[in-house]
Amino acid sequence: MPRKVGIEVSLAASEAACAADVDVIAAYPVTPQTHIVEHLSELVADGELDAEFIPVESEHSAMSACIGAAAAGARTFTATSAPGLALMHEILFIAPSLRTPIVMVVANRALSGPISIWNDHSDIMAERDCGWIQTFAENGQEVFDLIIHAFRVAEDPEVLLPVIVNMDGFTLSHVIEPIELLSASEVSQYLKPYKPQMVLDPKAPITMGPVGVPEVYTEARQQAESVLNGSKKVIVKAWKEFAKQYGRSYKPIETYRTKGAEVILMTMGSVTETAMTAVDRMREKGIPVGLMRFRLWRPFPLEEFRRAVKGIKTLAVVDRAISFGAQGGPVCSKVKSALYGAPDQPQVFGFISGLGGRDITVAMFEEMVKKAIRYAEKGKGPMYELIGVRER
Amino acid sequence: MDAALKNFKKFTPKSLPKVEALAQGHRACQGCGEVLALRMALKAMGKNMIVASATGCMEIITSPYPQTAWEVPWIHVAFENAAAVASGIEAGRKALMRKGRLPKQRTTIVAMAGDGGTADIGIQALSGALERGHDFVYICLDNEAYMNTGIQRSSATPYGAMTTTSPPGKLSIGQHTWKKNLPAIAAAHGIPYVATASPAYYLDLMNKAKKAAMIKGPAYLHIYSPCPTGWRLAPERAVEISRLAVQTNIFPLYEVMDGQYILTKKIKKPKPVEVYLKLQGRFRHLDKKTIKEIQDRVDREYEILVQKAASTDAEEADRSAAKESR
Repeated sequence: MPRKVGIEVSLAASEAACAADVDVIAAYPVTPQTHIVEHLSELVADGELDAEFIPVESEHSAMSACIGAAAAGARTFTATSAPGLALMHEILFIAPSLRTPIVMVVANRALSGPISIWNDHSDIMAERDCGWIQTFAENGQEVFDLIIHAFRVAEDPEVLLPVIVNMDGFTLSHVIEPIELLSASEVSQYLKPYKPQMVLDPKAPITMGPVGVPEVYTEARQQAESVLNGSKKVIVKAWKEFAKQYGRSYKPIETYRTKGAEVILMTMGSVTETAMTAVDRMREKGIPVGLMRFRLWRPFPLEEFRRAVKGIKTLAVVDRAISFGAQGGPVCSKVKSALYGAPDQPQVFGFISGLGGRDITVAMFEEMVKKAIRYAEKGKGPMYELIGVRER
Repeated sequence: MDAALKNFKKFTPKSLPKVEALAQGHRACQGCGEVLALRMALKAMGKNMIVASATGCMEIITSPYPQTAWEVPWIHVAFENAAAVASGIEAGRKALMRKGRLPKQRTTIVAMAGDGGTADIGIQALSGALERGHDFVYICLDNEAYMNTGIQRSSATPYGAMTTTSPPGKLSIGQHTWKKNLPAIAAAHGIPYVATASPAYYLDLMNKAKKAAMIKGPAYLHIYSPCPTGWRLAPERAVEISRLAVQTNIFPLYEVMDGQYILTKKIKKPKPVEVYLKLQGRFRHLDKKTIKEIQDRVDREYEILVQKAASTDAEEADRSAAKESR
């Protein structure tokens, strides 16, 4: 039977990797990811997890070692946060190209500078186009479940792509929540042993990572793009089977009180739970507001998104990162481009908030919704605005 | 002597293995000494091997898709991380063997890179992998500059050499720093085996490569790899220049086994460095004063090396004396 325990979310993430019986972990400590790798090294030291823990000297080497391990046929896990993720940048693009199904948890943190260890989404947004499948968790249970799901999807012979599971640094990573942990044997019913398709084996030599001359590079990139887009059906199917197996169901876009809503607040990650409270309060006041959040960020769930916003008049999109010089946040820009050409488009207004650990309060979510309604009535508003900037 | 070397048998000209991990048909320049050295090292280690290659000449000449010159499993990820990729391969196989998903068999894991991929951009990954004690062989193919990108200087470029980013000029003699001592850096990690090798002394090179593969734990091979293109050297002189580098003590051949230095080729009457320098266009601009400076430095460094080796000899003598007195 699954056991529900009070556990720090980071430790639950480690327990998920342990329940997935990973073979290799290569990781470097960085706040706020540290508790994940600390607990994994404890699990290895205590013999509860039979894996090689490679205490690499940098995140660049962490990702490189993960690729080596996955290419050797091992189930491979790592975790990092902003500076570490940025240091991996070069290698992040290579992992999907080599079709190495690595699973990585990113405890989301602000990028420097100024240096900040606190939570926002600037780290992952800088890596959104690196070819990985990317999901976002709202709470600790989702972190655990999404990691198990990530291995299942990554290792699917039709996918063979690496997956990032995003969880907010501190607001998720360092809080204790009641989480239903699945044991290794329970997970094994859902997640079969990894059967690598291509492996570095002296008995059957292959060449991995050859030079892509101009005659083949475009086709290689096209394949990477089409396999990532094609992974969506596997992702969705794996969530459906997860629901069948464990009773918790997940979708690419999650909705809350959208019935009868004219305005939609769009969020990602753990702030969603605060946003739900804001939606409840505004509903009590008769404001027809609902909430949507992206669980699946890459591949972007275009059809699901267009379907979800059908009939909606106004979207208030919350970004937790700035696209410098691009007049908006990355999520809002993507939302706008996803709607371009769609019939009956809602008006879209972007709000950037919650940078570098600044809380987004219920009142701030209400402010965003009210502003979006006002702008929509006028038929115009700013391209984007920062919410919660101190005047002095 | 490392226990793993108990059954070590030296290669002789008659017992050279026929296996080739690297097929003919690659795209190296005429007279490339690097691919020659690489081929010898790989031959010595047999085909039960997995290679992780850094970006560089050897990577591009052997793997333009859809062709490959590799007859052993080979992976290229990036420039600075060959040692880290090899770490992952070694750890992955170790875990899989322990968990019964891979038959228990020792396979030689090789990481290879040029001097830039080793001395500069890859030194962190190398140091990490050596320190962690992975069972692998790291081969640095040292052609003394970034040849693949067009002959730019690295920290392994010798003093006075002309490269495209250390050009001699009114205010410059060319490279104005002394070559970084990579074997010493590798040895400072306290790993079981470090050796220098040269394709001109092919049996020595192959024996060292074989030992490196046999020894458990990290082994570091630093191989002199002449680059006729980048050194402005006649393509037919790669082996000759390799021999001269040893005969002038510019590139001495030695091993460091468990911290003990052993000279594997003692040069009784070293040739002057000038005979080595004058064959190469990269040193053409050097004046007598600079050549003297280089000679002095080479003499001094060789003396230090001889002393290190002599202290090893003395320690060995002490040990055998102690044995006899027992």
